[in-house]
Amino acid sequence: MSNTVNEINILNADDAELMRISREGTLSLNLNEMKTIQTHFGALGRNPTDVEIETIAQTWSEHCVHKTFKSIIRYSEDGKETEQIDGLFPTYIQRATEDIDKPWCVSVFSDNAGIIEFDETFNLVFKVETHNHPSAIEPYGGAGTGIGGVIRDSLGTGLGAKPILNTDVFCFGMPDMPYAALPKGTLHPKRVFKGVVSGVRDYGNRMGIPTANGAILFDARYTANPLVFCGNVGLIPRNRCEKSVEPGDLVVAVGGQTGRDGIHGATFSSAELDDTSESLGSVVQIGNPIMEKKIVDALLQARDRNLYRSITDCGAGGFSSAVGEMGEHIGAEVHLERVSLKYEGLAPWEIWLSEAQERMVIAVPPENLSELVAICEAEFVEATVLGTFTDTHRLQVFYEGAIVADLEMEFLHNGLPKPVKAAVWQPPKHPEMPSRDEGIGVGNPFYTDDLKRLLASPNIASKESVIRQYDHGVQGGVVINPLVGVENDGPGDACVITPVLWSRKGVIIANGINPKYSDVDPYLSAASAIDEALRNIVAVGGTVEKTALLDNFCWGNPDKPDRLGELVRAAKACYDIATAYGTPFISGKDSLYNEYRDTTTGEQRAIPSTLLISAICVIPDIRNAVTMDVKAPGNLIYVVGDTYAELGGSHYFGIHGFIGNNAPVVRPDAAKRTMDRLSSAINSGLVRSCHDCSEGGIGVAAAEMAFAGGYGMTLNLDNVPTGDGTEADDSLLFSESNSRFIVEVEPQHRDAYENCMAGVPIGYLGTVTEAPEFVIVGKAGHPIIETSIDVLKSAWQTPLHS
Amino acid sequence: MTNPKVLILRTAGTNCDAETDTAFQRSGAETALVHIQNLISGKVNLSDYQILAIPGGFSYGDDISAGILLAVEMKHKLTDALNQFVADGKLVIGICNGFQVLVRTGLLPGVSTSNNGTSEMAQRATLAMNTSAKFECRWVDLETQESRCVFTKDIKSSVYLPVAHAEGRFTAPVDVLTELEANKQVVFRYADSAYPKNPNGSDADIAGICDTTGRIFGMMPHPERFLTIWNHPRWTRFAQAQDTASEEGDGLAIFKNAVNYAKLNLL
Repeated sequence: MSNTVNEINILNADDAELMRISREGTLSLNLNEMKTIQTHFGALGRNPTDVEIETIAQTWSEHCVHKTFKSIIRYSEDGKETEQIDGLFPTYIQRATEDIDKPWCVSVFSDNAGIIEFDETFNLVFKVETHNHPSAIEPYGGAGTGIGGVIRDSLGTGLGAKPILNTDVFCFGMPDMPYAALPKGTLHPKRVFKGVVSGVRDYGNRMGIPTANGAILFDARYTANPLVFCGNVGLIPRNRCEKSVEPGDLVVAVGGQTGRDGIHGATFSSAELDDTSESLGSVVQIGNPIMEKKIVDALLQARDRNLYRSITDCGAGGFSSAVGEMGEHIGAEVHLERVSLKYEGLAPWEIWLSEAQERMVIAVPPENLSELVAICEAEFVEATVLGTFTDTHRLQVFYEGAIVADLEMEFLHNGLPKPVKAAVWQPPKHPEMPSRDEGIGVGNPFYTDDLKRLLASPNIASKESVIRQYDHGVQGGVVINPLVGVENDGPGDACVITPVLWSRKGVIIANGINPKYSDVDPYLSAASAIDEALRNIVAVGGTVEKTALLDNFCWGNPDKPDRLGELVRAAKACYDIATAYGTPFISGKDSLYNEYRDTTTGEQRAIPSTLLISAICVIPDIRNAVTMDVKAPGNLIYVVGDTYAELGGSHYFGIHGFIGNNAPVVRPDAAKRTMDRLSSAINSGLVRSCHDCSEGGIGVAAAEMAFAGGYGMTLNLDNVPTGDGTEADDSLLFSESNSRFIVEVEPQHRDAYENCMAGVPIGYLGTVTEAPEFVIVGKAGHPIIETSIDVLKSAWQTPLHS
Repeated sequence: MTNPKVLILRTAGTNCDAETDTAFQRSGAETALVHIQNLISGKVNLSDYQILAIPGGFSYGDDISAGILLAVEMKHKLTDALNQFVADGKLVIGICNGFQVLVRTGLLPGVSTSNNGTSEMAQRATLAMNTSAKFECRWVDLETQESRCVFTKDIKSSVYLPVAHAEGRFTAPVDVLTELEANKQVVFRYADSAYPKNPNGSDADIAGICDTTGRIFGMMPHPERFLTIWNHPRWTRFAQAQDTASEEGDGLAIFKNAVNYAKLNLL
């Protein structure tokens, strides 16, 4: 079987046979695609080789080409077809960036990561990837290679960026899930949690990249399909942001050897998981962070000496994708027997497709080869010439002198038929939970227990035990840590770093993610995710004006109209809200087919529709940054922004077993004004601390600020500005309405602060107190929350302590 | 007058080299990042430098245990150059992984003063897995000890720095510990014995030691990560103007001391 090339007999295959070939080969090609390939080779009068059909399958995979986001969608709402959408990506994501048209966007959607301007010398690159399917099967290896892969995206952008920051966002099943309830063939969420964290820790720490931003969410529907988002920010000289390939350039592989690991990773990620997926061990890659560090060390030297013209990483699809993409507009010729192998016995198609980690492909003018090889040798990195870029417009692959693939670049990259998919959206109707205010009485701080339960709920509880395992200080540029406050353990809103040591110029990285609102409407979930990411940027001293966004969609099977309908809703919100704020998308990725099929019951379970928005903001002076911990007794506490009775999808409803229907809406005009005014107040030095008001509403945000700062608070809900006149204490306390903040102001700055915030709804809630008591007085005039900050902090710290 | 030259040693897995470089440059030194291959091959001569810095990271992945492969490589492939460097009275600093390397080469704590036998470098202490059994990234209070160390001359009695390691528990046989105390070789201690203030469970709360000359120094915390006050994890809590009058972070003094010592004694 090994070392040979097989012809795949498709010319005479009927539909059933075509689908059998696709399924048994893990090609993940549908019938229409198989027929397109059949027709193409029919015209050539021959069958494809295994190398050829595998190359096409990788190149046409959802993972590599994002066909769902480019497909034509017939969209129905409330039972009526309302519109036909010619591609979600061009219509809602790319168009938003074009319409916003920020001059500081250097490269968007075209390279391995988006590029924005930083200072006179450098630009920044930012990319977030997912590694969900591998992490479900092998959490440690899956997550480690997830971070390894996204680091190579930065290294493969322009002529190569130096990786300077990692971000990680994980979604897991409930950590306290009974073992008996585990779906067949899946790992317990605790084991997935531990493995994923260890994998990211060991890869990121060994690479010497600070991991300073992230989030961890829990929902039972992530049990069989955990989500692992890994992001990387890189720093790149302004004159190294463009790449090109010329015929005659050498195809050079740099880095690790090739083995049988990670074969079919790209096509595997276009499949639903079931209880047999765990046996597909070979689809998970094996990581070696020190190898990747050596590659970074070697290639950045080669970059600075201008030794190569183009670079890309060997990710999904291995050499087949990397060489195929680099040579798309000219052609390439590759000799597989030259590839440095981990061990003998690989078939040519396996060498070609292997997703063995830590490999980059570069295009090297022949006259630079010896200098490049010398640099690589000095860093103990292998560099191997695999072939040449040509002017044939064909991808030609040889093995021991024989041609094993000969494909037209045009067919490979543009032959994929554009699918037409149906999408439906039917708004759900959930039971409403009535206000619980009737439980309030004099001498009965009724909502104290709710606040403790919210702080202890796994989505809100402290993630310190995880954060401490990540090196967030390496490279020496961290200015605002992920953990802040008097004991360095409060939940910071976003991290701030100075990529260039001794410069005042900083970068803020933040994120927003609200899958619970998708149960009400994915439009609101996506809008809220953008709003949350921006709130986190503004809360530490950034501005909406200088913020760019990344979108990462993790969804169920988009071939099912209801799942696709949810995707349409979310994509529409991305356009509407991003353009309203003027925050462009610079990069993004999707991971679809996050579903589990129970083979005994036949039941299909999808994850909650999950959009992660990552945000990056450049600030001129890090000295204006603020943190969320209160600073001194006597200071004044304000809420900024209107509160509405929007408890749908909230954590408060969640702890009482409800979803509700009024999820938070984003009101972009008011929201943009609020954030701009607050940015101005913070950057004028009028704000001592600021915290994003999100999960758990005003109650949780204020409590976190108090115990992070080590002081008490006495607050009154009477002055909370509302947009809808809501009077219910539980709405005022726990509603998760968007575009709100809690801020601390020194008394002597009161007038200046209030003047600065003119035109924005703000409410004076009370003061910071020396006494460590946390008291909130309700609308009826007596305390509805009354406890000590130590009790609240302990409730927040205990659940995920170990 | 020329500035002292610092060789910052790199190899596969070194990752705190750039900020260590910045720290020495800001202290007035001329620096070079040098891969160990270039010392072994003779392309670069250690004798051209006055200070050798071994930065943090995961040299060779910390395979087998932290720092051991680089230590073996230095001991066996750079024997003469290293011995001469030390004999010339020059300075060596190892931070985090660099400290692990120095302990495994035997350069720290150095040859026993009580045993008059062999002068060969031998490992007499170790940096073991943290008692928490986890990687720990956190800021710690350090108490500066009265010691022979030239790197910590006249620095503040209490210093605040971050640690970031999984193998940082300094441990040694009782006689070695006794000797370290007697010879004033303990340079830094964690200010409290209880976890997490002693983040790794080190014997006698030891965070950094020097050899008997005071010219070879190793520590687990990272002074190169606290060069300006904006690196302090609580700088936003400082009352403005008052606490931010000096922008210098606690870590910078260590590099400045080394450079000043070299200027006075080694040029």
